[in-house]
Amino acid sequence: MCDTCGCSTEGGAVLRKPGQSGYHVHLEGDAEHHHHGAGHDHEHHHHEAASRKVLLEQDVLQKNNLLAERNRGYFEARNIFVLNLLSSPGSGKTTLLEKIIPVLKPFIPVAVIEGDQQTTNDALRIQALGVPVIQINTGSGCHLDAQMVKGALAELDLVDNSLLFIENVGNLVCPALFDLGEALKVVIISVTEGDDKPLKYPTMFHEANLCILNKTDLLPYVEFDPVKCRQNALRVNHHLEWLEVSAKTGEGLEEWKRWIETRLQRR
Amino acid sequence: MHEMSIALSIIEAIEAKAAGEGPGRVSEVELLVGRLAGIETESLSFCFEAAAKGTIAEGARLAIEEPQGVGLCSECATSFPVSFYYAECPACRSLRVQIVSGEEFKIKSFTIEEEGK
Repeated sequence: MCDTCGCSTEGGAVLRKPGQSGYHVHLEGDAEHHHHGAGHDHEHHHHEAASRKVLLEQDVLQKNNLLAERNRGYFEARNIFVLNLLSSPGSGKTTLLEKIIPVLKPFIPVAVIEGDQQTTNDALRIQALGVPVIQINTGSGCHLDAQMVKGALAELDLVDNSLLFIENVGNLVCPALFDLGEALKVVIISVTEGDDKPLKYPTMFHEANLCILNKTDLLPYVEFDPVKCRQNALRVNHHLEWLEVSAKTGEGLEEWKRWIETRLQRR
Repeated sequence: MHEMSIALSIIEAIEAKAAGEGPGRVSEVELLVGRLAGIETESLSFCFEAAAKGTIAEGARLAIEEPQGVGLCSECATSFPVSFYYAECPACRSLRVQIVSGEEFKIKSFTIEEEGK
């Protein structure tokens, strides 16, 4: 189907909780679809041409955007700060969460929504940290959308004045277009990728608020120029903030913690 | 594969609007897809054809208008065409360029072929 990653949204997304093999909630179908069968004020001119143009002037992503705004309103009302984490598969999103959550937990309640096509592997890793987590399995879908997040929120016990990480499906293309209702987007890139990635996948870097360069402990062994990568990222997005981190050695995690703290204070 | 879910949401929006328009089938859909919108129009057309099967828009022609990206230099206010986000101002070489057009992604209209009467 898709020339990018070959997935489809057939079958709908499924919510799972780690350690509860029987538990799952299907998000397929559209419980909120309304048919407007009556009450419109269009004039019919049956004697004229049988072909008629109907103006719509509607944003294609309007439905997702409206749902995302609903999620955003929910988060604001409960003072929940939400970060949407985006990257290619294997850049270390889950490991970064495993390292940053224990650092943040003493100061603020943390919860996680995990997005993957299949398995609860990532949710199990987060659950081991003792924070609420729910897994969204998108099936063959390549991104999370606002409807999936809304469904997950109903199943996740969030507390007021907290921090929620949404780890999106590993994919640098599709998730860029789908607002989930988050406060900020964080794009993660690792030094085992190319330093021209921001130029190759500009939409994602254009949408992000913060870029984290991960796996900096591997810099001596790879041909990756962090300065060049940062310059490329800033060419795409002049407002992009930049942090360099090694989830493995813990280097740079303190800076990321401070970045989060500053954003929490600004709310 | 966001083109497929996008094609499905286009069909959904058309079906919702067409439900109040009386019987008929949709013969054409007009889209506005900016060149910087992050949408592969070829892939979208392919997905649309598949997504439209069995709906009011089955067989409908997709007319896609693709407005050019336009950048506005924040330093010298020159306006110029851009084809990607990391454009450089042709007048002053500044990289502080704001995208002012080319990110549109809209369903403009659709054409209904009325049945009967």
